[in-house]
Amino acid sequence: MAIFITIIYVVLMICTFMCLFRIAMGPTSADRIVAIDILGTVIVGFCCVVILQGGRNFYMNIAISWALLSFIGSIALAKYLEGKGLDE
Amino acid sequence: MARITLFLLSFVMWLTLVWPFSLAGGEHTIDFQSIIAGVIASVATAAIFYDFTENHHKIYHLNRYLWFLVFIPVFIYECIKANFYVAYLVLHPDMPIHPGIVKVKTKLKSNSGRTILANCITLTPGTLTVDITDDGHLYIHWIDVKSKDVDHATETIVNRFENYLTKIFD
Amino acid sequence: MSNIFVIILVSIGLAFELIGCIGLIRMPNVYNRLQAATKCVTIGTCFILVGLCVFAAANSNISLVLKTIVCIIFILLTAPTAAHAIARAAHKSGIPLWKRSEVDKYEIDHEGEDPLPDDS
Repeated sequence: MAIFITIIYVVLMICTFMCLFRIAMGPTSADRIVAIDILGTVIVGFCCVVILQGGRNFYMNIAISWALLSFIGSIALAKYLEGKGLDE
Repeated sequence: MARITLFLLSFVMWLTLVWPFSLAGGEHTIDFQSIIAGVIASVATAAIFYDFTENHHKIYHLNRYLWFLVFIPVFIYECIKANFYVAYLVLHPDMPIHPGIVKVKTKLKSNSGRTILANCITLTPGTLTVDITDDGHLYIHWIDVKSKDVDHATETIVNRFENYLTKIFD
Repeated sequence: MSNIFVIILVSIGLAFELIGCIGLIRMPNVYNRLQAATKCVTIGTCFILVGLCVFAAANSNISLVLKTIVCIIFILLTAPTAAHAIARAAHKSGIPLWKRSEVDKYEIDHEGEDPLPDDS
């Protein structure tokens, strides 16, 4: 089980670095917003793996909060890209 | 009646979220202060957002929930099929994609039904909803365009969900 | 016994997440990247959460099971909505489709419209 947890961490780190690469290199700002949205979902997976590793159950609260806040952040960034106010 | 339903829904959701974890020991009790805060927050939510559904008289029809239970396995099957298709496209060395934005038509009337339809379309093979108009047209970015015609695209993309969603939401 | 189920479910989820991130790197345009990344990463995270749900049920931790189900519902509702918002915003901010695209009905229908109406 311990080796498996290590493999999961390595794969998720690779995913995170791919997202960071796209944030750094993205030709347009829409590419960067997509990568930020995906990064938020990957981090929810990270929180799940922390629970699997050590039974630190309060990380589930962090995962739920992170999912909702990442959604709100993506909507705000999309509205900014569209060039409109947030109440439209 | 809608207020009471909404109050119960939000209160159950609150209880799910504040249910104590066994951090140090094993006691599974719910804190009294959390319950009071949850009641206050749920009453405020129910007072402000009570008209959360469009047709109040249909929320207690049992048939809709049974059709929803039938719809879930169909959706999961389509979803997993979609993911294998997209994985094939991503891992193929030549990337055989022919993207484009097509226009389809939906027969659904209610806003919630259209929202669920758009979400389902986004989570299934190679399709992504871009925009929706008031008269029921959806603009869909399709990663492998098979037909540019409105009727034929509707048949391919929308019809596999619309029959179920019509029974659930209309 | 339940450990094997957890390992299988989490491995499927990890494979989908990796494929989604590879799609984020490989695909040629913003819309295609959104297609690949949104679907694969959402379903991958859902598989990991289902694996965690099985893990919690095997340890008879009911509150963790409930919270995991709530998290799955939130992710399945919010991820496509964020994808719609980003795609619509990208199209309205004037990013064109890929040069080898077949058709763009949205552009045809909104040709006469000013994409950025004046707020003042």
